[in-house]
Amino acid sequence: MSALTGKTANERIDAGRRRFLIAGTSVAGGFVLGIPAISFGRPPVAEGTTGERQIGYFIEIKPDGGVVIGSNQPEIGQGVRTVLPMLVAEELDVEWSSVSIRQMPLGLVKTADGYTWKYGGQGVGGSTGLTRNWDFMREVGATARHQLIRAAAARLNVPASSCTTKPGFVVCDSPADAIPYQDLIADAAKLDMPEEVPALKDSRDYRIVGTKKNTIDALDMVTGKTRYGLDTVEPDMRYAVIARSPYLNGSVRSFDDSDARKVDGVLDVFEVEGPKPGEPYFILANGVAVVATSTWAAIKGRQALKVDWDPGPNATDDSETFWQENAEALKGSGQIVTDDGEFDKAMAAADKIVERQYQVPFVSHQPMEPQNCYAYVQEDSCHIIVPTQSPSGASRSAAAITGLPRENIRVDMTRVGGGFGRRLTTDYVAEAAIVSRHTGWPIQLVWTREDDIKNDFYRPAGLHEIRAGVDKDGKVTAWTQRLASASKYYRRPNMPDENLWEAELYPDDFPRKIIENFRLEYFHNAIGLPRGSWRAPAHTANAFVIQSFLDELAHDTGQDPLQLRIDLLGGERELEYGNHGGPTFNPGRLTRLIRFVAEEIDYGTKRPKGRGVGLATHFTFGGYAAHAFEVTVSPRGELTIERIVAAIDCGYAVHPNAVEAQLEGGTIDGISTALGQEITVKNGQVQQSNFHDYPLARIAQIPSRFEAHILNYDETPTGVGEIPIPPVAPALTNAIFAASGVRLRRLPIADQLKRTMAA
Amino acid sequence: MISFKVNNKPASFEGDTDTPLLWVLRDRLGLTGTKFSCGVGLCGACVVHLDGRAVASCRVPVSSVEGRAVKTIEGLAAADGELDPVQQAWLEHDVAQCGYCQSGQIMAAVDFLNRYPDPTDKDIDNNMSSMVCRCGTYVRIRKAIHRAAELKRAES
Repeated sequence: MSALTGKTANERIDAGRRRFLIAGTSVAGGFVLGIPAISFGRPPVAEGTTGERQIGYFIEIKPDGGVVIGSNQPEIGQGVRTVLPMLVAEELDVEWSSVSIRQMPLGLVKTADGYTWKYGGQGVGGSTGLTRNWDFMREVGATARHQLIRAAAARLNVPASSCTTKPGFVVCDSPADAIPYQDLIADAAKLDMPEEVPALKDSRDYRIVGTKKNTIDALDMVTGKTRYGLDTVEPDMRYAVIARSPYLNGSVRSFDDSDARKVDGVLDVFEVEGPKPGEPYFILANGVAVVATSTWAAIKGRQALKVDWDPGPNATDDSETFWQENAEALKGSGQIVTDDGEFDKAMAAADKIVERQYQVPFVSHQPMEPQNCYAYVQEDSCHIIVPTQSPSGASRSAAAITGLPRENIRVDMTRVGGGFGRRLTTDYVAEAAIVSRHTGWPIQLVWTREDDIKNDFYRPAGLHEIRAGVDKDGKVTAWTQRLASASKYYRRPNMPDENLWEAELYPDDFPRKIIENFRLEYFHNAIGLPRGSWRAPAHTANAFVIQSFLDELAHDTGQDPLQLRIDLLGGERELEYGNHGGPTFNPGRLTRLIRFVAEEIDYGTKRPKGRGVGLATHFTFGGYAAHAFEVTVSPRGELTIERIVAAIDCGYAVHPNAVEAQLEGGTIDGISTALGQEITVKNGQVQQSNFHDYPLARIAQIPSRFEAHILNYDETPTGVGEIPIPPVAPALTNAIFAASGVRLRRLPIADQLKRTMAA
Repeated sequence: MISFKVNNKPASFEGDTDTPLLWVLRDRLGLTGTKFSCGVGLCGACVVHLDGRAVASCRVPVSSVEGRAVKTIEGLAAADGELDPVQQAWLEHDVAQCGYCQSGQIMAAVDFLNRYPDPTDKDIDNNMSSMVCRCGTYVRIRKAIHRAAELKRAES
């Protein structure tokens, strides 16, 4: 996910954007501040010509004192719409209650130097929404405040240094002189921008940042007013669904649409060509589109369609075969991708070798809002309205289909009904553009739940093996993780086979550099399932494997699982970390967290038979998390999660309410996935279709005793969206072992516990 | 033609009488607060009230609502804008993350609290488990339901 588009754009804009912050007056008479839509190297927009249309990321102070803050990032439920305005409001020094937000579209503009992003890089993935904007948003707010102070000082003919602010007012000399910001709009807009960014607040003076704030648009959500992508209504809009090949890489041989066309409301039926097998894909499947006057008519029309599918090259793909192949592969030698110290020698000298295998399945994203996209392709323009994590990707997909220059493609974003990585890809945008181009109509493309489950970019599955050499004192002297999997980098353009492992093993993860003799080995296996990023991608698999193995290693060598972790993780120190989330990893921060959750749950207290506690901890994309689970397992194998203690160290919690929400939600996501989710393939087809065979956790599966703790570390925030998930599955299976003596090495748990206990 | 009431106002529908109420509300009546998610009654995102009881509107053919009263999330607050205690509690606990399932969760919770004015956690688990939240807001949903019960009791 680090390769998410927008990052480069953001970095590129960083160098110049301070100089190009500009101020002006909005059409409505407000003071606006933002980045002009011009290329770097050109002069800024002349004074007096600055209108709303030229302003990039902006804040607007209205004549009534209200403050509108532009939200440039996609809101997928992570809270970015609230936290970024919090940063601006803090430095601008206004009352939070006076702030409202406006969702910005994709700010792509063409300049003499190529494309640039007038609202900064846009796109959310890899838990970077806050961290990439942390400095910039505060600087925007501080700059606006500085201009208001200067305007007030000039009016009162006093030095600016004698002025300060209180929320919404500039105060010079005496409080009686306090001038409301809105009275300074006209003067402030005329001032040249400062050469340097004014000093930012000391964190001790924060009134908004670091305090509990509720979601800024929550009222719209509880009253049904929020517009998600699927709620888009545009003039003359038609509705489309696509019957996609049920076979992985299958295609349409022929189809009979005579009954479909008889369905009341069906307007058009035509074939949609997908990618060739093996080639990079920006749409998923070949199929037949049905366009109608309502969603229901389109769905009914599709049901009436008769399609003869060519099963294609993956017709015999089968999950069972896939797992057999992985097991077979691990018997041989793979690609050594990391090899520290003298692994073979250390292994040969080991007093004891512990070895285990773990299986992690394919899983699907399943956001509650199914994929959808509005597209209106005209001769020289295209309008896209889409719930996506990647508006830039949406623009590229639409450009690829229409052949239009990207500056002629408008991309509007809605609030997004869940992302989880699924909406980093924009296949639905390409599909909608195809249907609109073909018909000439404005189209809303709708996916049903079945479409979403059967046509996903699934989280890769793999069979992992860990072998560790231990000396006579129980010290781990050598460690290898060997993985046979279907890499996420499947069908990526320009992706050589020898780099496929990079999506599946992040070499600098624990315990590298802690265990000196360390080796990673990879075996790529083929299967026709599309693959993509799923919340905390490979960390979910690797944390399960490593944190399960640590418990097993401890048991095999007569050590305590908590103490073994503490011994390995050790104290505070920064280790180099070259993967996403670096540049460093401090294992001591994990020690602190796991000690904390262990203490909270009374880890040291012995439980009766059938009840047990499990622990796990992991570093993900710059942030740290740990979980303690307490479970009971009945003699028949019925599992109850009794209590959860979850802790996160995200450096500094800028928006603690959202951090807590992500910690709760991420933990539940981890439980949901571990308990029952698996995508399987038989005869080249995905076997699951809806929530009955791809179950999401329900409220009854989540204990009331759920304690979420935020442990701040310093003043540097990290992301939070993905950090809480990885430790969840191993903490749960470690607790199950403690309660029942049954070690689950294969996810999902499903009915394994019941079957094992019955046997 | 099928005639019924939506949020106390008369509504009618002409066309395919198999059309689920969900799509009539969304595509014809512009009431997009009711959400489509699973389409087969497994998740509750489309829950509305039919004659006061929570139903999955994706499973209700419009033919069966003739003469009946439908209430959607848009009609839950009082005419003067005063929120239902459940909406109020949802705000206090800031339940929503992506928010997509929350209309259904709220409509289901309103019906549930009418039947269980003083619910236990077990009551909540038993009655709200037909609902799915992919973001995992269950911890806050449970708290918000208790809070709404408290608000309702204070009201009466």
